[in-house]
Amino acid sequence: MSLPLIRKTVAGIALLSAPLASIAAALEGQAAKQPLNVTAILMFVAFVALTLGITYWAARRTQSRADFYTAGGGITGFQNGLAIAGDYMSAASFLGISALVFGSGFDGLIYSIGFLVGWPVIMFLIAERLRNLGKFTFADVASYRLDQLAIRKLAAAGTLITVAFYLIAQMVGAGQLIKLLFGLDYNVAVVLVGVLMIVYVTFGGMLATTWVQIIKAMLLLGGASFMAFMVMRHVGFSVEALFEQATAAHKDGIAIMAPGKLVKDPISAISLGLALMFGTAGLPHILMRFFTVKNAAEARKSVFYATGFIGYFYILTFIIGFGAIVLVGTNSFYLDDKGLRGGSNMAAIHLAHAVGGDVFLGFISAVAFATILAVVAGLTLSGATAVSNDLYAHVFKRGKANEKDEIRVSKYATVALGILAIVLGIVFEKQNVAFMVGLAFAIAASANFPILLLSMVWRGLTTRGALIGGSLGLVSAVSLTVLGPAVWVKVLGHATPIFPYDAPAIFSMTLAFVGCWLGSVTDNSARARVEKSRYIEQLVRAETGYGATGASSH
Amino acid sequence: MTTQNQTRDGSDPSNEVAVAPEIRRILESPAFAELRAKRRRFSAILTVMMLVIYYGFIVAIAFAPGWLATPIDGVITLGIPLGLGVIVSAIALTGVYVSRANGEFDRLTATAIRSAQS
Repeated sequence: MSLPLIRKTVAGIALLSAPLASIAAALEGQAAKQPLNVTAILMFVAFVALTLGITYWAARRTQSRADFYTAGGGITGFQNGLAIAGDYMSAASFLGISALVFGSGFDGLIYSIGFLVGWPVIMFLIAERLRNLGKFTFADVASYRLDQLAIRKLAAAGTLITVAFYLIAQMVGAGQLIKLLFGLDYNVAVVLVGVLMIVYVTFGGMLATTWVQIIKAMLLLGGASFMAFMVMRHVGFSVEALFEQATAAHKDGIAIMAPGKLVKDPISAISLGLALMFGTAGLPHILMRFFTVKNAAEARKSVFYATGFIGYFYILTFIIGFGAIVLVGTNSFYLDDKGLRGGSNMAAIHLAHAVGGDVFLGFISAVAFATILAVVAGLTLSGATAVSNDLYAHVFKRGKANEKDEIRVSKYATVALGILAIVLGIVFEKQNVAFMVGLAFAIAASANFPILLLSMVWRGLTTRGALIGGSLGLVSAVSLTVLGPAVWVKVLGHATPIFPYDAPAIFSMTLAFVGCWLGSVTDNSARARVEKSRYIEQLVRAETGYGATGASSH
Repeated sequence: MTTQNQTRDGSDPSNEVAVAPEIRRILESPAFAELRAKRRRFSAILTVMMLVIYYGFIVAIAFAPGWLATPIDGVITLGIPLGLGVIVSAIALTGVYVSRANGEFDRLTATAIRSAQS
């Protein structure tokens, strides 16, 4: 590894740390509206002013289709690594995982590890081939030697459904959080997030979205690092003292140092692990980020930096959660008769106040808001690109779309998705949407990931196999989730679930891979023969990057 | 992207596609064979390592939670360093892959591509 790489990495890792899994936890229950928080609002206004400035700058540089979708391929590996980490470190993961650690200690670590281990898999199996074969979306790669129309429709459906569930979870979480932190009305908060996100994406495209993501990632990593530092200072920089004081303060005592209730049975544990690990490799807004760098070498660096930042963040949330047990859980100022004031997800927020007073509380609240904005912007851009590049340009126009028209379609799609997100956010306000992030990961792992991976590494995959496997994965992930405890019992109110597990991935992924295999090996059509014969060329291009799209020049 | 369109609509779908000459030259170059063999092996080893580490941890949680709860130093249990170890190993494995891929593998790739232009 080169020296500058090591130096940047050390600097990066020294910065900070946390994940995504427990959006679930963050979304449970209604938040109580708080009094208007003026410091937080001022800091948030400063963030919005800065990002709108960036959007203005980016808008003047966003001329072509490649600029809009992928910032012209001119993002560096380090920048992209930060932006990927930004996409992945949502407010819900920051608040949710630290809340999970605050509530049950060790169990929080299990979740964050699941969210992290998808990254090495992306590195070893996906990243360089994806970069070498694709241009704007993962459908470019999945349809490389298969039927463009059929595969792009399937991939666009997988993208839009994944994005929709993820967006609903983010919007509802945003509304609740903002009501809680800023004292704004729920509907006002949802509309504000939707409108700002539309502005970033429509005018600034991928360049603005990337920089919003980078700034937010640095603020979040910086804020969380400071909190972890203050916690460690409080316990005299002794890990042992931190754990000793936490076990003494927590009602469950020593039990918080070992696996607890989170993992119910081996099937659920392994199924959840599969969804988290392979779902990451099928999230459209993450996959799209690999086209923003100039070549495979930068794509690999992106994954390495992202893994480092995300891992560091998770370690920080672990310290923050334990710090909250010591500093927040024992201070009656932060408690009421039901537990934490404002709800269980307030552990990190109260800790911010405990270690840094009102000003730092305002800072962390503003960062949480900024985080939501950045994540929804990335999601919306990937959804809009699936509409304009896959559906409009390749399916509707059969690959002969005029570039100006395509950009216009992607902007309309952004506005439409933004409005849809606002409407769904308002509709789902009172619903328990905790299952939706898990569902998004399950669909990504069962529909998007199998066809993407097999199209690149298995010569035998044919269009028919991909359609059968991808559809089976999509339908089974959704229906098993609906029939499982999270929806059938908790949302629909039935007494017992028809499908006993919360995480469907172990079944839906198996169905998807078996479907792809069976559908392909029984496919004796002429089209299948052509598709297989084109694997050799795809292989050479995937392995070497020969003829791959580079950065566009300005 | 050009190759996709050549075979897509116009040509006879019953014909298998001939491999372009420059692709054929890369395919047959010794550097490409070496690159493929080395990278396949390396990424397979690292993938298996990550899967074993992660699912080993998950299986321990599911089947041997008591073992993870073994105290090792005061209140600190075995599960804490093991869990943090999974995080660190994920970062380390990606680092190991990048350092070899961006050096040795990219040099082999460049050699293989040069053979297409000869």
